[in-house]
Amino acid sequence: MNEQDHTAPGTEVTPTDGHGSAVRLDEGHVVGTGGLPERFTNPGLPTHVPRMADLDEAAARRAEKQVATLFGISILGTLLFIVLYFALDVNQTVFVPGVGETSATNVGLGVCLALSLLGIGLGAVHWAKTLMPDHEVVEERHPMRASDADRAEAVRVLTEEGGKSQITRRPLIKYTLGGAMALFPLGLALQVGGSLGPMPQKSLSLTWWNGGPSGPGEEPTFKPLRLMKDPENEPIKASDVTIGSVFHVMPEGLLPNPETGEGGAKHLLEEKAKAAVLLMRLDPSQIQSQKELAWGHEGIVAYSKICTHVGCPVGLYEQQTHHLLCPCHQSTFDVTQDCKVIFGPAKRPLPQLKITVDDEGYLVSAQPFREAVGPSFWERGQ
Amino acid sequence: MNALAARRRHPAAIAVLLMLGLFLTGAVYAAVAPEPADATTQALPAQSVEEGKSLFRANCATCHGVNAEGRQTGNGNQIAGPPLAGVGAAAVDFQVGTGRMPMTQPGTQAARSKTVKFSQEQIDALAAYVASLAPGPSVPSEEAVDPTKGDPAMGGELFRVNCAMCHNFAGSGGALTRGKYAPSLKDVSGKHIYEAMATGPQSMPVFNDANMSPENKRNIIAFLDTINKQENPGGLTLGSLGPVTEGMFAWVFGLGILVGCAVWLGSKAA
Repeated sequence: MNEQDHTAPGTEVTPTDGHGSAVRLDEGHVVGTGGLPERFTNPGLPTHVPRMADLDEAAARRAEKQVATLFGISILGTLLFIVLYFALDVNQTVFVPGVGETSATNVGLGVCLALSLLGIGLGAVHWAKTLMPDHEVVEERHPMRASDADRAEAVRVLTEEGGKSQITRRPLIKYTLGGAMALFPLGLALQVGGSLGPMPQKSLSLTWWNGGPSGPGEEPTFKPLRLMKDPENEPIKASDVTIGSVFHVMPEGLLPNPETGEGGAKHLLEEKAKAAVLLMRLDPSQIQSQKELAWGHEGIVAYSKICTHVGCPVGLYEQQTHHLLCPCHQSTFDVTQDCKVIFGPAKRPLPQLKITVDDEGYLVSAQPFREAVGPSFWERGQ
Repeated sequence: MNALAARRRHPAAIAVLLMLGLFLTGAVYAAVAPEPADATTQALPAQSVEEGKSLFRANCATCHGVNAEGRQTGNGNQIAGPPLAGVGAAAVDFQVGTGRMPMTQPGTQAARSKTVKFSQEQIDALAAYVASLAPGPSVPSEEAVDPTKGDPAMGGELFRVNCAMCHNFAGSGGALTRGKYAPSLKDVSGKHIYEAMATGPQSMPVFNDANMSPENKRNIIAFLDTINKQENPGGLTLGSLGPVTEGMFAWVFGLGILVGCAVWLGSKAA
């Protein structure tokens, strides 16, 4: 214990000089004369107030009973838990007011476990507050500085004992140890870095609309792909897309056959996440962008469904206002203005997919996306 | 009264008083608030196009025009009511049958109402009149909307692709832009769900039979029927609204209980 820092209750604290430029207590906003009294009196600890249980044996017995009751509730809760575990069927339901029909095991086991744990906790706290000694005790904080003897010993070990280990005399050991210590984290870092998977290469800029699989290392060549309904995987006739309709579209060959589950992309989710397209038909007179009209077919336009902000599916199409809303962060795109951002955090319009019709009247892609879909990334546009 | 007065400085007194005040305010408002006026005249059962026409002229023509040709408000390009030629009987049955029409007042969106202002015969007559103006989607048959004949699993897959982004994964509805919203699908009859898909009311896109076949529409109805009826093994659904209500619940009740425990731990025993 450091006697210098400790002032016994009731004695006076001597004000010390302020250090450097720090604001002192008697500077700034001070009510009154602006000065401080010469000495403060240490108020010490508040007087000890005895509790009911300290004074009255009947109260103490009452507290004892309360604590015992709480522990008893815990015992009952645990026993009931064990009983219900065996007694209740997993599929059994029970009606709970305000909740409705719900799983009987969830309710029963949950309530019993709550009683079991709460009983112990509440009992222990109630015990400590009413019956355990509550005399205020001051424990001084230990000084951070080690004793002088310890400090001298530490220096002696470093210089003399270290000399015995010959680390100063044999530099080869010193340098190889340093090298080993410096290198060993590399193995851990390599494992973490290596487990991130292959580099994306061009796969962030390509989609299935480029002609087929577009994962890392793939080099798809463009061919017109039919626009298929998700999840039915059926081609879409241009004449079936009436004004006000919205179709959720995947490229031909990506989805497996819904009947047999055969075919489809090998990395289905990755391909789906890039290739999803929303197909809408507007009255051509409402479309204000020439490029949008030219890339569509008689007012049928196809846009990437992947938000340019952080890649959520932009699926909320309002057929009267022609707004496309992203449910994640409320980015709003105006379909009449080439999906320009009119609200929210997205910075780029949704990429448009150029479409046309084939000989049989089905909608097909006329070219792949001309820019990377989804959120921005460093190499985008290179 | 003495017992109450003695407890007036109890820590819970403010909370109790606040709750009491809020409850009283609500109760008084509920008692005093005016009932919405119902000016609809009860017409005789009508079955023909002619009677539908007279019903239309009495109840709908103010906004939709005397011959259902639509009307402008005269304020910019805002319309009072759209033209109804070609919307079909299904649109009339949906809009009037769910209490959305006649609208009581102009607004961002016509809200579903529990009080349907017309009998089913009157709605059928109105629908017959509107359908006679131009061909459009008709009211589906009982069989086409029978949830027991649909495949809920297929319906669920279709729902998640085509509907869930607006109507929420559990059909609880959600917000759209500028005050519009996708309504909850809980307790909506299969017929009205079918008609909404076929006609695309308000902000909703149209899902015609080429986009979503009648069988798939029935599958979706079967799916919604299934999730409407299933119990909740996990307990309180909090409206199935996702992280907003669940986070709110954790903040209010979870933190509230923790704060209560901390206060109790810190207080001295008597």
